[in-house]
Amino acid sequence: MATSHPTRKPHDMGGDPAGPVDRDEHEPTLVERRIDAMMQLLRQKPRAFWVTDENRRTIESLTPETYRDSSYYQKWCLAMRSLLVEKEVLTEDEIEARLAEVKARHRKGGGRP
Amino acid sequence: MTARFRIGDRVVVRTDTPAGHVRTPSYLKGKRGVVLRDMGDWPNPEKLAYGKPGWPRKTNYWVQFAMDEVWSGNGAYAAGDTVVAEIYEHWLEPDTTPETAS
Amino acid sequence: MSHEHHDDHDHDHPHGHGPFQPDIKEPTEDWEFLEIALRELMIEKEILTAREIQEKIEEWDGKCPEVGARIVAKAWTDPGFKARLLADGNAGVGELGLSVPGLKLVVLENTETLHHMIVCTLCSCYPRPILGLPPLWYKSREYRSRAVREPRSVLAEFGTDIPDSAEVRVVDSTADCRFLVLPRRPEGTDGWSEDRLATLVSRDSMIGTAVARAP
Repeated sequence: MATSHPTRKPHDMGGDPAGPVDRDEHEPTLVERRIDAMMQLLRQKPRAFWVTDENRRTIESLTPETYRDSSYYQKWCLAMRSLLVEKEVLTEDEIEARLAEVKARHRKGGGRP
Repeated sequence: MTARFRIGDRVVVRTDTPAGHVRTPSYLKGKRGVVLRDMGDWPNPEKLAYGKPGWPRKTNYWVQFAMDEVWSGNGAYAAGDTVVAEIYEHWLEPDTTPETAS
Repeated sequence: MSHEHHDDHDHDHPHGHGPFQPDIKEPTEDWEFLEIALRELMIEKEILTAREIQEKIEEWDGKCPEVGARIVAKAWTDPGFKARLLADGNAGVGELGLSVPGLKLVVLENTETLHHMIVCTLCSCYPRPILGLPPLWYKSREYRSRAVREPRSVLAEFGTDIPDSAEVRVVDSTADCRFLVLPRRPEGTDGWSEDRLATLVSRDSMIGTAVARAP
């Protein structure tokens, strides 16, 4: 059994018991590819808003439940939000406002492309 | 600055549990291994993670561990299998335990 | 934009694997709405443009396992190139006009007595500039947890059997190196061209969960 450390974070999973590897290829969706692309653009020059380890640190700070239950790109999306706010590129208020508007828009059935 | 370790040195991974971001996996903490390669000097990720430049840079070593050393037989591997990881110099100490005959 | 992905799978896939699916599904989950909200805000504030996002997506369509397969095929046929590649991965792939910026590319040769298998237990480090986006299984909890402790049973799940006389060396990608496995050249391929050899090199053989295809 892997040694148990009291402060072991959810990402630190080497050696944990787990089931069979699901080898289905699940190609990334367009949403996932957009998240991947945006994260690269924000991290790379000319913007260079953060570095890879800041992204990792942010993901590692998710609760164990969120970490376990969120898909890979879902975690990246949460990290993108968190880092954009931390770096004061966007504010929580404007994100919340836009999120509410986007949800309302889609409930009405008229999404912007 | 001279490197702390050379290829072939026997090392042991520290067992610290810092609160912040680290790249030393828990399953290797306290384990004894051998330096296979010097992977060069890099900014410290533990500082980069918090917006700091992470200089002075740390030497990163490729350290090899016998599977039995890490898992004490509780795994699915053959006797000669190993696991190798890149470990930063400040996470390694010289392994001074006597070498056991293999 | 949708396009066919080159099929390089090693396993039987009863339902096949279809072409890239455009998003026809309406967003329903919070994080999908969040993606839209963040993207709209950033575009409005001229932090990003829609065109840049699209171009970055298309740039990554060009990075795929076929790139890695060409490197492997060349190493199989050109001993001088192989030696340079193993000594310095960045410089080696640089000879083919490829680069892995900011990271150290390490090419690991599999032999009769040594089989490398790459994993990133802590996240999903992968030689993306050479192989493209990692497969979902590589990023899965199951692979990341078990590869370092149960390599032989993980390999068995991939249909890969390495004799006990060979060392399985599991490489946990924990820092700034990115690893590419140079699989063993299959028997019965004497005199083959690089292009033909490249068709035997699967993505999984360059990660180390498989060996190269037999002719």
